[in-house]
Amino acid sequence: MAHTIGVDVGGTFTDLISFDTTSETVKIAKVLSTPENQAFGVMQALANTEVPMETVETVIHGTTVTTNALLERKISSVGLITTKGFRDVLELGRRTRPKPYGMTGVFECIIPRELRLEVRERVDSDGEIVEPLNENDVNKALKKLLEQGAESLIIHFLHSYKNDIHERITEEIAKDIWPNSFITRGSALVSEFREYERGTTAAINAAVQPVLHRYVERLQQQLKEEQYSKDLLVMQGNGGTVSSNIVSEEAVKTVMSGPASGVMAAAYTSMQCGFSHVVTYDMGGTSCDVGLIVDGIPQVTSELEIEYAMPIHVPMVDVHTIGAGGGSLAWVNDSGLLQVGPESAGSQPGPICYGRGGKKPTITDANLVLGRLNPDALLSVDTPVSQEFVQTKLMEHVGTKLGLKDAEETASAIIKIANMNMAGALRLVSLARGYDPRDFALFAFGGAGPLHAVALAQELGIPKVLVPMRPGITNAVGCVVADFRHDFVNSVNELLANVDMEKVHEIFSAQIRAGKEIIESEGITVEEMIVIHHVDMQFQGQTHILNFPVQNPRVSRSSLQSAFEKAYWNRFGVELPEIRAVLVNLHTSVIGRRKPVPLTTLLPKSEQKSRIDDCIIQNRPVCFESGWHNTQIYNREFFPPNTEFTGPAIIEQLDTTIVVEPGNHVEVDKQGNLIISL
Amino acid sequence: MTDKKLDPITLTVIQSGLQQVCNEMDLAFVRSAFSPVISEALDRSDGIYHKDSGDLIAQGELGLPVFVGTMQFGTRCVIERAKDLKPGDVYIVNDPYLGGTHLMDVRFVKPFFYNGELFAWLANTGHWPDTGGSVPGGFSANATEVEQEGLRLPPVKLYKAGVMDEEILAIVLSNIRIADQRIGDIKAQAAALSAGEKRFTELIDRYGADTVNGAIKELRSRAAQQMRAKIKEIPDGLYQGEAFVDSDGVVDEPLLIDMKVRKQDTELYFDMSGSSPPCQGPMNSVIATTKSSVYLAIKHIFPDVPINAGTFDPLHIEDPEGTFLYAKYPRPVSGCAAEVSQRIAEAVFSALVKAIPQQLFAAPAGTSGNLCVGGYDPKRDRNYVMYVISGGGYGGNAATDGLSNGCSTIGISKTTPVEVMEQYYPVLFEEYSLHEGSGGAGKSRGGFGVNYKIKLRRGKAKVSMVMDHGRFGPQGVLGGKDGGVNKVRIEHNGQTYIPPHLSKDQNILVQAGDTIRVSTPGGGGYENPSLRDPELVWQDFKRGYYTLQQAQERFGLALNHHEKNVDLEAIR
Repeated sequence: MAHTIGVDVGGTFTDLISFDTTSETVKIAKVLSTPENQAFGVMQALANTEVPMETVETVIHGTTVTTNALLERKISSVGLITTKGFRDVLELGRRTRPKPYGMTGVFECIIPRELRLEVRERVDSDGEIVEPLNENDVNKALKKLLEQGAESLIIHFLHSYKNDIHERITEEIAKDIWPNSFITRGSALVSEFREYERGTTAAINAAVQPVLHRYVERLQQQLKEEQYSKDLLVMQGNGGTVSSNIVSEEAVKTVMSGPASGVMAAAYTSMQCGFSHVVTYDMGGTSCDVGLIVDGIPQVTSELEIEYAMPIHVPMVDVHTIGAGGGSLAWVNDSGLLQVGPESAGSQPGPICYGRGGKKPTITDANLVLGRLNPDALLSVDTPVSQEFVQTKLMEHVGTKLGLKDAEETASAIIKIANMNMAGALRLVSLARGYDPRDFALFAFGGAGPLHAVALAQELGIPKVLVPMRPGITNAVGCVVADFRHDFVNSVNELLANVDMEKVHEIFSAQIRAGKEIIESEGITVEEMIVIHHVDMQFQGQTHILNFPVQNPRVSRSSLQSAFEKAYWNRFGVELPEIRAVLVNLHTSVIGRRKPVPLTTLLPKSEQKSRIDDCIIQNRPVCFESGWHNTQIYNREFFPPNTEFTGPAIIEQLDTTIVVEPGNHVEVDKQGNLIISL
Repeated sequence: MTDKKLDPITLTVIQSGLQQVCNEMDLAFVRSAFSPVISEALDRSDGIYHKDSGDLIAQGELGLPVFVGTMQFGTRCVIERAKDLKPGDVYIVNDPYLGGTHLMDVRFVKPFFYNGELFAWLANTGHWPDTGGSVPGGFSANATEVEQEGLRLPPVKLYKAGVMDEEILAIVLSNIRIADQRIGDIKAQAAALSAGEKRFTELIDRYGADTVNGAIKELRSRAAQQMRAKIKEIPDGLYQGEAFVDSDGVVDEPLLIDMKVRKQDTELYFDMSGSSPPCQGPMNSVIATTKSSVYLAIKHIFPDVPINAGTFDPLHIEDPEGTFLYAKYPRPVSGCAAEVSQRIAEAVFSALVKAIPQQLFAAPAGTSGNLCVGGYDPKRDRNYVMYVISGGGYGGNAATDGLSNGCSTIGISKTTPVEVMEQYYPVLFEEYSLHEGSGGAGKSRGGFGVNYKIKLRRGKAKVSMVMDHGRFGPQGVLGGKDGGVNKVRIEHNGQTYIPPHLSKDQNILVQAGDTIRVSTPGGGGYENPSLRDPELVWQDFKRGYYTLQQAQERFGLALNHHEKNVDLEAIR
């Protein structure tokens, strides 16, 4: 026996999946998350699987510790040392307002003003020293910050991406005085220009670093008490894992780890099913996350804004979140139009049908009224309410106001509007970038994703929907299949015509070297190393950049030029022979592939039936886009692999419900994944 | 068109569909533009307009607020002059008097055909960095005729049936500065309309022309209905507000905006006839901008009302004939979009805060802070034009203090990073900091403005600026105090120069080593400062937002509240 364990801590549940890599069997656990100390939930889930810890080879952990700390501002006290004249950069931001209309709203800097101190030093945009660093100022500032109770420190100077000597000297001085290792040097984390974004990224890192460090230490300690002292790996927002021993050095990189693991699982599963272009769609109780996979690789961005004026400029899987989930409320606005979301009933009181006192109709209630959700399964929760009660509330809050005939018509309307909103978001964040939807598959997961996936694919012109075997624990699967990954960015920012291509090749080589060294230093065996390069380019005079992949680190000037022109045409439909191109940034990702995990093990074998018809558990009327049909309800746990059938159908499983429209063709592949053709 | 009643579901679906067409145009334009005023400051807007009336059908959610109403006036003027329309035609126009703003806002207007018939118009506006004229960047502070402000284009077809007219292009490019990059903006602006055309066609293919047309009509009346529902909640009455522009840049006297808002039942009537007469300098406003400024003020007060022509139906604006808010040829107008528009909005806020104080706020900084430095960089052997646009503090409101360094009332822009400015231009920023003491005192205080100080490192340059609130700080309300004023100070050759008009000047000569320091206004305070929670006053003091003296004088900070014997200055 040898186990690999993936454990993902989400907002509501902690999911765990344990692969026995010798017998190729799997165990799954789902327990309530314990937000005050996520380690409790993790240990509880481990205990529930009854896997002997001495047989565990690796534990890979997805955590929301840093995300929650940041969003709830339960962060450590950070001190800033910066260039004289610029301590307010992090508070002033880049001059916007939270919403385009409405002159109200607030912004609270994560470092209060009294903990932001200045020292005399100045470097210009060419990297020349204009004013030398005053080390006396540094010493004084450090002392003052410590007196005022700063726990972690950031050093952030202007133009340090060009010349970091002053930041480095300051760091050396600080290391002698600062009582812990929580020191973040701005340009070490992000070596790109834009002082607000670089500084904010560093500030967030410093703010969550001690929090993550303490959490990881606690978890390691508890695992040790259970006689486990092998590798604990942590999932990062870029979709790669990193050893828990170094994860807190760049803690900011874990802020988006939850959505990243979902997208990683999607990429892995889809590739095994033969799909390399995928839109990922994860719909839960309050929101849905959308991501894009091209050629089997999740798209990554370095320009994410986690909330108003909080940019995080480290590479992270490009996931967009919109406020549409099962709990999103349906309501009628002042001009008599039906709206769905973004307000949500949350988990308390939740949808009406959860019987926790909810009185306002949600997307989940609409699915129930249409027969898409099984009333018996749902109404078993808490204090049951009757189907009639749900229908009455739908009419009261929505149907009557719109002059609709009955609750069914009202429910259809709610679903239609919700789908329209989600389709719009999917289109804007993915397909509006110039991709043809017909080349893609929609990978649906999360508790509510598979309920809406077929309708969305229909709306967007995506021909196939893929529903993995275990949609409700996709993030935990993502932890198990994710690789090691380290990303590097360096600014060049010169006219392509003038760039010293030798220097470009050297930067790429150095990035590759650095990545391999880190992976080796983590001391974990990998099957192979993969290196991916991207560049950011623009036409001279533009401020936005276009990111596209390059294959060869020894790329030539002319092939960079033509690749840029092609990428620009695909995105904007514009050719600009009149204007010269600028090479802005060079990116390298070094990926250490871990041993692959056989997904066939996710397929339950004990209850498997031999014929698909034996999987039908009941018939009930269900309302589809085309109206009501008497519909066969399947239990997915019974599905034999390598079978097929045709909709209409509702497929129920423990963690989700799948809607198959009339005429859709469903294929169950050898791993138990469902491939629905529209 | 059929009379079949549209179901409310299809209506919502088409509403989102129209919105998405506009959002895609916005996104494509901003990501591919060259003008930093468009790509970073988002000074642009895209929309769909009615085929006959030019009325607004839908507009991108991230369009610059000042364009909420203007583009329908501009599109109307194109429709009146359009002839021999073909698919692929694109009109270019920047004439302020034909439904525009100032010359730098260049509109592209494209007829949209469906099945060979004119169905609607697609249009966008983008702020070009230069359109010629007496000063680089177009903000001449003392122009007295529009000709001094730059090249004025009547509606002409820049693209004919999809092909660019190279002759018109040559005229345009021969009359503006740094012309080499404008071809990039022209192509980006036209390509955004093409992207909209594609998505709009798909929408009509899906739902049918009759249904979409029916929905557009219905959505218009629903928007009016929603606006009227909001207005109905305002108590009936006559509310007066006012705002002042420092000066027109030529004659050093303030200009008054006298705003009388009468609310009756579900309608609002705006009377600005008591405002100052037309001025000699460029602070005149064209009527399209004047009306649009009222629209955007109302949209700021009721942000959740969707924007289409119906939204404006219950807003009745009397033409302010004989005032500087109804400029006619050849009155100079460069300050109208960036400055006068914000004063008009403030006058609306100042009137309506008397009616619905809980929903309003004190005056925001309200200046775009346009500063332009144009010169020659000997090290790189090239001419340059550098713009700095800055934010300031917002006014306090019933629930919270004002935001610090918020963007202009009419904008949604981001500042250009110091690290970017210094790469492109021969300057060194010595400071970018919070304008201490500028937040107007109040129970909820105003947000703070910004100080920045630029040192010229090489060569010589000319400095021009069109700003405001140098004489009068943004108004406090309900007992709150005014925010701090805008300040400009130039050190030239060891001598200090302060612009005589405080916030407006042009072609000030500077040389290497000289510095320009600007402090932008803070927001007004909301309600009496003595009501402010002493803990918050103490925190403001501790953070250095106010000096001890300011905290004591403006808020009555009582020291016995905290330990008296702490070394107060050392705390900071």
